[in-house]
Amino acid sequence: MTSIATAGVTPFAADLDSLERDGFSQDPQWIRALRKDAMSRFNSLGFPTARRGNEEWKYTDVRPIAQAPLRLARAGEAPEPTASDIAPFLLGDGSWPRLVFIDGFFNRGLSTPLGGQEDASVLSLAGALHSRSATARESLGRLAPYASHGFTALNTAFAHEGAFVHIPDGLTLEKPAHLIFLTASREGHTVSQPRVLVVAGAGSKAAVIETYGSLTGAPYLCNAVSEVAAGPGASVEYYRIQRHSEEAYHVGTTQAALGRDARLDSFTLDLGGALVRNNLNALIDAPDGSCALNGVYLATRSQRVDNQVTIDHAKERGTSRELYKGVLSGRAKAAFHGSIIVRKDAQKVDARQEDKNLLLSDRAEANVKPAFWIYADDVKCGHGAASGRIDEGSLFYLQSRGLGEEEARNLLVQGFVNEVIDKVKRPSVRSHVAELVKARLKEL
Amino acid sequence: MLEIRDLHASIDGVNILKGVNLRINAGETHAVMGPNGSGKSTLAFVLAGKPGYAVTSGQVTYDGVDLLGLAPEERARAGVFLSFQHPVEVPGVRLDQFLRAGFNALQKSRGAAELDPLKFDRLLRQRVKTVNVDPAMTKRAVNEGFSGGEKKRNEMLQMAVLEPKLAILDEPDSGLDVDALRTVAQGINGLRTTENALLLVTHYQRILNHVVPDFVHVLVNGRIVKSGGKELALEIESEGYDKYEQPRGEALPSPA
Ligand SMILES: Nc1ncnc2c1ncn2[C@@H]1O[C@H](COP(=O)(O)OP(=O)(O)O)[C@@H](O)[C@H]1O
Ligand SMILES: [Mg+2]
Repeated sequence: MTSIATAGVTPFAADLDSLERDGFSQDPQWIRALRKDAMSRFNSLGFPTARRGNEEWKYTDVRPIAQAPLRLARAGEAPEPTASDIAPFLLGDGSWPRLVFIDGFFNRGLSTPLGGQEDASVLSLAGALHSRSATARESLGRLAPYASHGFTALNTAFAHEGAFVHIPDGLTLEKPAHLIFLTASREGHTVSQPRVLVVAGAGSKAAVIETYGSLTGAPYLCNAVSEVAAGPGASVEYYRIQRHSEEAYHVGTTQAALGRDARLDSFTLDLGGALVRNNLNALIDAPDGSCALNGVYLATRSQRVDNQVTIDHAKERGTSRELYKGVLSGRAKAAFHGSIIVRKDAQKVDARQEDKNLLLSDRAEANVKPAFWIYADDVKCGHGAASGRIDEGSLFYLQSRGLGEEEARNLLVQGFVNEVIDKVKRPSVRSHVAELVKARLKEL
Repeated sequence: MLEIRDLHASIDGVNILKGVNLRINAGETHAVMGPNGSGKSTLAFVLAGKPGYAVTSGQVTYDGVDLLGLAPEERARAGVFLSFQHPVEVPGVRLDQFLRAGFNALQKSRGAAELDPLKFDRLLRQRVKTVNVDPAMTKRAVNEGFSGGEKKRNEMLQMAVLEPKLAILDEPDSGLDVDALRTVAQGINGLRTTENALLLVTHYQRILNHVVPDFVHVLVNGRIVKSGGKELALEIESEGYDKYEQPRGEALPSPA
């Protein structure tokens, strides 16, 4: 395999051509046009490898991705996973709607989709492009801009496989939709490109969980794009649980748009990955929208985790809260780049952002960069950032009660992240996250 | 139970304790009084094993063993408890879970059964009553957002749970109003037995009206300059520490 040029016609263009003649040929015209446009954008953008004038990617060097001999994953190239293979990734009591994707391809046998035309539905996107073409067309590719984002352009160029979650006006998705994206290919250097579309109608309620993981130790790229449209008065819980192997590259972009009075509660957990970049953008484009975007990242050895969170308050009386915490050991590096935009019309906005890092080794590193663009005059904005070691005074306090040094350290680290985990809205997700974090902290 | 002989200790190269001698037997309550900066907290921390202090000479034996040779947690497991003058906030760690971890560490080191959350909860609820604290406090993060009074009561609760043999209380009275002082004092008194001993560090005599000591020691400039019975506390109450702070023609602490 040749490495992918950062611009110019990429090997992916030929892949798309052959897919459009074959697997994608029955898709509606609008999505075929969208893919074509995105492909040409990617051809001219390439991956964001420039090190200068590339503020958004300042802390994440994607050359390892750009230089890897990547190729699109093929359906069925990995042995068919069994129920026990996916068991560690499951959540809930088995009654939840669930879509499982292996190397990016929908696996019907392991999935439990949901939905009739009038009800809430959790469906494979490839199918929904036909059965729900109108709904899909309204939002797909409309929320997540790709004109200047290489990874999003590449994902959009292959938008076909993925998940479609739709909750009609006034309805509640009773059980959370669990979307599980696993890479299983043992050959390595595969690219899978999950695409998620969540459309929550006016006054609806929904919870969506994306789990990312590995059934293989081979390196790969997971390039995910999710679009979440929360209509007026809708309430959406959105969770990302990233459990890739430490060989994996992950770029995940989520673009959410909130209507009037809409509410978004998001939690992002990063445990795995060699190089992870999460973009989470919330556009609050109508009055009184509110969101809480929280996250925990744990990294060790040479892991790189970069969270870029942007909240765009476009209209008045919006509220946003962000709390991210990281625990880093070994030579791990993390970045948190939180941007808050308060536009001219967005009076009485109340925004608060906080990122804290606990460094367990001398060589671990955290870069925190808050950025505010405030164009309205009557707003409340605040931010806090801190990176530090375990407090020796606290350690002594715990030891003076009989706890051994290691137990005391673990309790302090656990306590540090608990503050965020406690904010996970849904108890079943909260306890799942707590268990994963507890187990991963032992490996740090 | 505890014997401190000619204890010298320094921090960051500054000599703070300059020859402390003290002997405490089971069943006794000793008060150490002294002006601010005289080394009271330093003495308490050195006994509890806080890192950063250098013991430059002297010995401390506790139940026949060299206390200074033990790690802080080993001292706790041996029955030493320090009530902090400034209790530490531990965000994200719930008080009941923290206390159970400490309690079980002590149980384990003694070969006694550890308690599961349910059983421990029962014990905790009972101890909460002994020291008269709000039970809801045990579900909050350790000391986080606690008022000054709540923090002090929390120290008493921890003492009630851990049942130390030697409790060192560093100004359990500071910052408390009269009512809070009375409940904290009641808490302390409820935990006094003929088996354990109390080293009560205080700046003011006030608390000694409630927790009546057997012995009072005056610590000034890193040394015990006078020892006596409870009446010594009253004398200090009326006369202050001034007369003990007169320069005595001795070398000043050497600069760092
Ligand atoms: N890290 C330090 N370096 C130098 N001097 C210190 C340090 N910490 C405390 N001290 C000094 O030690 C002395 C005794 O302090 P402390 O034991 O807290 O007194 P007390 O509890 O009696 O008020 C004070 O003069 C204080 O300033
Ligand atoms: Mg003191």
